[in-house]
Amino acid sequence: MMSLPSAIEQVGSSPVEDGEPESRARVSRLMARVFAENKLAVIGVFGVVLLFLFCFVGPLLYHTNQVQTDIPISNQGPSIAHFLGTDSAGFDILGRLMQGGQVTLLVGISVALLATSLGVIWGAAAGFVGGLLDTLMMRVVDSLLAIPSLFLLIFLDSIFRPTAPMLVVVIASLAWLVPARLVRAETLSLRSRPYVDSARGMGAGTARIILRHIIPNVFGTVMVNATFQVADAILTVAALSFLGMGIPPPGANWGGMLSDGVTYVFAGYWWQIFPAGVCIVGVVVAFNFIGDGLRDVFEVRLRRR
Amino acid sequence: MTRFVVRRLLHALVVLVGVSIVVFLLLHLLPGGPARAILGFRANRANVAAFDAKYGLSQPLPVQYFVWVGQLMHGNLGFSYKQNQSVDSLLASNIPRTLILVGAATALALVVAIPMGTYQALRRNRLDDYLLTAMAFIFYSMPTFFIGIVLIVLLSDVLPFFPSTGPTATAPLSSQLANLVLPVLSLMLVTLALFSRYMRSAALENLIQDYVRTANAKGVPQVRVLFLHVLPNALLPIITLVGLSLPGILSGAVIIEALFNYPGMGLLFWTAAQNDDFPVLLGTTMVVGVAVVVGSLLADVLYAVVDPRIRYS
Repeated sequence: MMSLPSAIEQVGSSPVEDGEPESRARVSRLMARVFAENKLAVIGVFGVVLLFLFCFVGPLLYHTNQVQTDIPISNQGPSIAHFLGTDSAGFDILGRLMQGGQVTLLVGISVALLATSLGVIWGAAAGFVGGLLDTLMMRVVDSLLAIPSLFLLIFLDSIFRPTAPMLVVVIASLAWLVPARLVRAETLSLRSRPYVDSARGMGAGTARIILRHIIPNVFGTVMVNATFQVADAILTVAALSFLGMGIPPPGANWGGMLSDGVTYVFAGYWWQIFPAGVCIVGVVVAFNFIGDGLRDVFEVRLRRR
Repeated sequence: MTRFVVRRLLHALVVLVGVSIVVFLLLHLLPGGPARAILGFRANRANVAAFDAKYGLSQPLPVQYFVWVGQLMHGNLGFSYKQNQSVDSLLASNIPRTLILVGAATALALVVAIPMGTYQALRRNRLDDYLLTAMAFIFYSMPTFFIGIVLIVLLSDVLPFFPSTGPTATAPLSSQLANLVLPVLSLMLVTLALFSRYMRSAALENLIQDYVRTANAKGVPQVRVLFLHVLPNALLPIITLVGLSLPGILSGAVIIEALFNYPGMGLLFWTAAQNDDFPVLLGTTMVVGVAVVVGSLLADVLYAVVDPRIRYS
């Protein structure tokens, strides 16, 4: 039974890559243990699970009408009938939080998945092939990164009518840049490893090496970045919704709820503002905790951006 | 040193060209073609044809690109039909206010983050470190506009200290300083979280170095060790960090300006987006892209000036 310091050391050198015969099950248990020791990361996981239950199971237990407006009961404070009050269209806030949460979480995770996949392929290809192709591909990334994303997002949003899937595509179309950079950097260091040479010697083509050897070994970096991507995507959706460029009504969305609530900030309708805000902060903090925990597990010095 | 600067300059030029290509492509992404997008979708054919002829829109794309870049070099960023003003005059009147907002927020964030991060490094893993870390974490996770809203509620509603809207464009800024407080504060808090985390780890990295141990062993007073040795080394990466966070701060500025109705470039951009005023959108994007490239170039060169290790790598 290994002592913990040497266990962590082994985890630190990205255990699955060095070609040593370490069983995957043992490595996974080690990683799970390092993760579990990070209290904040565990809290993050609980938080995310709770939020998922709240958003997806909640509506089954707490029925509200989120489609038909009900003006007579609008702008009421928290009560027995409506635990968190109603908004300006008469929707129940708590129910709307659940529904908005579904959209927010789904969009965030979809963006992370799409952006990470694109970014990994782009970065691995650029880093592995090298030379002129690498320079070209990375200049594209640099050029797109130079323009603040919100400007591009607002521009794209004003052209394409925003629906949830369209929003996912638009946000992902800029979010893939960061994983691309990270994966390229990792690939540069990985392509000189012995197993790449052996694969070449056995006749593996470039595509096969990239897919079967490089990409699985950047897993740690990619996982950490993906969790932060979810958090960033949720913040971006919230910001876009706040600017009126998110999902159009009657679709619910936490950012949109904040934006609607702000118009009444001086009327004192705090229930229209703070619950949605707390939810956004909560989910982003949870994913940030998880990302930090994963970063400790893979123990590589990563920059978030 | 010159080799480094030249190399970095070339890189910046290539990225600039890339930015211009991106903006140019965006222009041609517009639905119905640039003519219809700018004149309005119900423009009649004669006007569209005249527009096309005037701006050479029937020529092959690469030719159009070079013509457009030529126009840019002359400072012609386009004309906004919706506001009946040239884009550069619109930007010229709005950019200074945004510069004040962004500059003040970044400067304040640095002024607070550097002592705060250093303090956290000195008191690492004690209660105040954890509390400040938690605070930074929470601010980092809050949407920019939410911080603004909370500040409005706290400092404008519950405790009516500051006005809740930004300054108006008609009166000079110097007479409306109170209106500046909340926007600057909101933008500052977001960047403060990032800067203080970075400062903390930079200071920490230096505090565990051998030279600090040597200095302590020599009996050098703690304050001197801190200010003469640790801080200068820890501050170096902050320069690059400021350059890297430029895009993020500018994005945040758009949101803050929208929230506080602050008459700057961000608000101009947002209203233009709502009005489908594409010349303004494109011109602003181009200007912002150029600003970021120039800003990071300056930051990198400054870093190389200050840190010799960079020049020779």
